[in-house]
Amino acid sequence: MHINHNHPTIVTIEKVIDETPTVRTLVFSDEIMSTVLPGQFAMVWIPGVNELPMSIMISKEFGKAAFTVRKHGPASTGLFNIKVGEQIGIRGPYGNSFDIKEGKLLLVGGGTGLVPMMRLLTFVKPTDDVTLLIGAKSKDEVFFESLANGILENNTHKVIVSTDDGSYGEKGFVTDLVEKLVNDTHFDAVYVCGPEIMMYKTVQSANTKGIFVQASLERMMKCGVGICGSCCVGEDLVCRDGTIFDGHHLSQNKEFGRFHRNKAGILENY
Amino acid sequence: MEPNLATSIGPIQLDRPVMLASGILGISLDVFNRLYRSGAGAVVTKSLSTEPWDGYPNPTIFGVKGGGWINAVGLSNPGAPNFAKMIESNQDVPIVVSLVGSIPEDFEMMIKQFENCKVTAYELNLSCPHVAKVGLEVGDDPELVKKIVSTVKNSTNIPVIAKVGLGTTNYLNTIHTAIDSGIDAITAINTVRAIAIDVETTRPILSNKFGGLSGTPIKPIALRCVYEISSKYDIPIIGCGGISTWEDAVEFFLAGASAIQLGSAIGDNWVDVFDDINKGISQYMKRKNYSTIKDMVGLAHKS
Repeated sequence: MHINHNHPTIVTIEKVIDETPTVRTLVFSDEIMSTVLPGQFAMVWIPGVNELPMSIMISKEFGKAAFTVRKHGPASTGLFNIKVGEQIGIRGPYGNSFDIKEGKLLLVGGGTGLVPMMRLLTFVKPTDDVTLLIGAKSKDEVFFESLANGILENNTHKVIVSTDDGSYGEKGFVTDLVEKLVNDTHFDAVYVCGPEIMMYKTVQSANTKGIFVQASLERMMKCGVGICGSCCVGEDLVCRDGTIFDGHHLSQNKEFGRFHRNKAGILENY
Repeated sequence: MEPNLATSIGPIQLDRPVMLASGILGISLDVFNRLYRSGAGAVVTKSLSTEPWDGYPNPTIFGVKGGGWINAVGLSNPGAPNFAKMIESNQDVPIVVSLVGSIPEDFEMMIKQFENCKVTAYELNLSCPHVAKVGLEVGDDPELVKKIVSTVKNSTNIPVIAKVGLGTTNYLNTIHTAIDSGIDAITAINTVRAIAIDVETTRPILSNKFGGLSGTPIKPIALRCVYEISSKYDIPIIGCGGISTWEDAVEFFLAGASAIQLGSAIGDNWVDVFDDINKGISQYMKRKNYSTIKDMVGLAHKS
């Protein structure tokens, strides 16, 4: 039978990995979700709680995928608290994906913004020289460092962690590191996903140097398919036109880095 | 000669007959401009209330396995005052402002907000199937419909459309009352009250349990309604419900609609759907030697 990917498919959580005290990865079997492109997302239904958009995380096991969630609001906390054997609904995959360039690549991920970066790492070519920047508040909140090093073991690569408080890796904001790196070294492409201000600054740094850059935006979503309009940023719909946008396009957008919409659709400052 | 896609819905003149239906994407002027450039003849806003509404928690929309969508967004909107400010700079786009309320005074207050805006028409949402005290609860109450339509007509010179749906009373009675109270046109129909239950978790999928069914499954029902209204009343009609191709659009013209609205089709075909339908209508008209939309309106009643 034809599967309607806009209807929730129920999957059972098979494994829960504690990444940090506030971040967990939930692994499930789903062939379609296991082969999505880097940057694509699913709408995830936590029965009785809520539904939210989640970037689709890789799994080491064939035919499996995962969601990596930080507990924050009621919906993400509901997902965080799902246990092995419990069920969630997923629909999608939705959205576009990163344009995969070759050569010297800079990937920048903040918090769960690392999820699309992990999938992107599985798409790099053996000849690519990859630098991954991991931004976190503090040592407790660093995750995916060894996972990234493992995926990149056959590449020339660097994984650099920076923490806001300096408790691990370099001290300071990851965006300062981006600024320094793009000024010192030539990169063929920059990819970023994380808090909006982090993406805004990264895009600015790359645009100034004329480097190809793409960011994966996040907004409140309801439908995931471009009907409800909740996720609009200027004239773009994040769910349908994105979530990946080119730096050049973003530099023309009046709302990127400045505003997001609340549940009623009113613009609010970041 | 190239067929002319311009159409009149009573006093409302549009360059193209395919409109964006209310509730869909209608939240920012930038998006309205984009939809207009994509071929929409007019855009209908989300239904606005006197104050901002958050709507229901997710899940609020999903695809039905057999086709179509069920939604209970819960009329989330920034409220008429905020929205009016947002569209004050509008120059180019024909905007139809959709309003929802429970008493005549709500509508009076909201219309005042738009005094400095370029508004093509107001559409009164008398038929939302999933929010209490407004929508269908209003549409099902003839006395209230009469009061609201009369009040709105007295508050503005801009054309006023009533959007009707299938509630607990005969929708034709609602239309009768609206016409008697001076309405300029009718949009038919809204989504149809529906529910879906997940068999694995044994619970309704929507947080609100009930929602409105839209998309291709409701098209024949919507078409039936347009045909019925057109047979019974001399009132301009905008057809709405499950339209996704030029053939669907033409069917509605033949049944008696002077223009059509679509929404769910955007979920499948994205914003290209407007131009695709415009082109298809144009080619059909050429082939059939119709020079205007009007040549087609209601033809099915004559054959």
